[in-house]
Amino acid sequence: MSVPAATPDRLARFAVSKRRRRTDRFARGMLLAATLIALVPLVLIVYYLLKKGLGAWSVNFFTTDPTGSTFFGGSSIGGIKSAILGTIEMVAVASAIAIPIGLGVALWLVEYGRPTWFAHTVRFFVDVLTGVPSIVFGLFIYIALILGTGSSYAGIKGSLALSLLMLPVVIRSAEVILQLVPGALRESALALGAPRWRVIFRVVLPTALTGMLTGVLLAVARAAGETAPLLFTAGHTNKTNFDLSQFMNSLPYQIYNDVTSPTTAVVNRAWGAALTLVTMILILNLIARLVARRTRLA
Amino acid sequence: MSPEAQPIGGAEEAPERMLQPNQPPSSAGGARAGVRITGDSSAPAAAAPHTVVKVGPEIRLEGLRAFYGSAEQVKGIDLRFPANQVTAIIGPSGCGKSTMVRCINRMHEEIPGARAKGRVLLDDQDVYGTGVDVIAVRRAVGMVFQKPNPFPTMSIFDNVAAGLRLTAKGRGELQHRVENALRGAGLWDEVSDRLSSPGVGLSGGQQQRMCIARSLAVDPEVLLMDEPCSALDPIATLKIEELIEQLKQRITIVIVTHNMQQAARVADRTAFMLAGELVEVGPTDEIFTKPSDSRTEEYVTGKFG
Repeated sequence: MSVPAATPDRLARFAVSKRRRRTDRFARGMLLAATLIALVPLVLIVYYLLKKGLGAWSVNFFTTDPTGSTFFGGSSIGGIKSAILGTIEMVAVASAIAIPIGLGVALWLVEYGRPTWFAHTVRFFVDVLTGVPSIVFGLFIYIALILGTGSSYAGIKGSLALSLLMLPVVIRSAEVILQLVPGALRESALALGAPRWRVIFRVVLPTALTGMLTGVLLAVARAAGETAPLLFTAGHTNKTNFDLSQFMNSLPYQIYNDVTSPTTAVVNRAWGAALTLVTMILILNLIARLVARRTRLA
Repeated sequence: MSPEAQPIGGAEEAPERMLQPNQPPSSAGGARAGVRITGDSSAPAAAAPHTVVKVGPEIRLEGLRAFYGSAEQVKGIDLRFPANQVTAIIGPSGCGKSTMVRCINRMHEEIPGARAKGRVLLDDQDVYGTGVDVIAVRRAVGMVFQKPNPFPTMSIFDNVAAGLRLTAKGRGELQHRVENALRGAGLWDEVSDRLSSPGVGLSGGQQQRMCIARSLAVDPEVLLMDEPCSALDPIATLKIEELIEQLKQRITIVIVTHNMQQAARVADRTAFMLAGELVEVGPTDEIFTKPSDSRTEEYVTGKFG
């Protein structure tokens, strides 16, 4: 490549062409546009949630059960107490089932089973499960535990459906995080003469804790927001109920019910319930992050 | 070289005990270690942490072969590492130095598909023998890796104590042992006022010395160092080399290095490896000044590799 003899600028030979500059600007513009487009629905969701949801909030809203009446406006339709408590209880039970099992599976896959054909098979099925529509989990529980046993809806069956839904999410996210823990850490702990299980509990898990927490929260949030698995597993009731063997109300179900109502006040209650659900998940997130920060040194 | 004769007396029964899986470690190990540690700490730290001489074991490799799947990386090596000496392993990248060293504390088998054949004797105990507990082998044979790898969630203190906690050994005198290990690694004066700050906050050289302290805290008899200075600057390297010089008073050291000056500085004996085979081993002077094999000469004079 010949350099023009009279180049005033020593760097002229290395100059970036106009066309490249234009392409670069264009590509950057497209990326920014994509980001902005993605933000639009997000912002709108938050905006409408706050606008419509806050209007429905009141002390009564949180402290009374829905009355089931849709013919009178105002407070006579009741609040969403049973739905909040039902969601908390069912999701808590589902988490208690899915999180330990899920983390256990992920640990086994990463720390022990890694190259075996069985691990590959498990991983494959977990991937399949991740893609299964949530209503299928509900159907499965319905067929197995309600039709199969000839019994009726119950909170625990809703929990089981939710835990099935959470399981692949917990496994997959924890597995990815565990794989990120540098092998050098495991090696140096093993080289100190530590038994494998102790390496896992003292070195691998603490290192991966924050990341795993994020995955777990994702699963909890997803379960808390699902209606489909609860439709024909937990049933629906207006009353506050702590008994897992009985019908149980939940926020998503309540929203689903209310939003189809012709009465404005009831539809507004759905907005309030939706805002409540989002707020609950937000609070859970914040708490978990604080806990994680405290337990992590680095 | 007199140390070659040393191990027979003192270390005879030591590895035996270390390698028995069913021995209660708390009483016997604790008491024994306690004595030595006390001896250590009573000596002025900077002056001579090696005033108490402990005799490390001699290591012998007999027909050692190591595989990754079907690929043979170490092709039948017979080699002796005399007790309380520093033996350097040199050779071009990929010649099997690290693999060979990792066979000594049985870390090689942690890699999926990897296996080793042959014998690795600590004095007369085969670490691959039947009934030998892998964990005991690794407690007896410590290891320092190429890159400093502090546990990211732990403080300096916890990092050094990790070996003790992870192996549930000597919980009682943790404070003491951590201090001694840090002194032994020449790091105490630099970190004694911030033991509770994160280990990852130290500089690279300090991190590596912390990792050495972590290995020393479990009181091993052998220390394997796999290119311990390759990620460090010359000053940090110098500190670690000084440390090696002191440590060999009480343990047997094997150091893998790419740096031939380093081998010349720290090693009593040097082994040259090529393509999974041992080409030559001998006193470091001889290897560097009058090697008997032409390939060794070419390598140490920089004609290849």
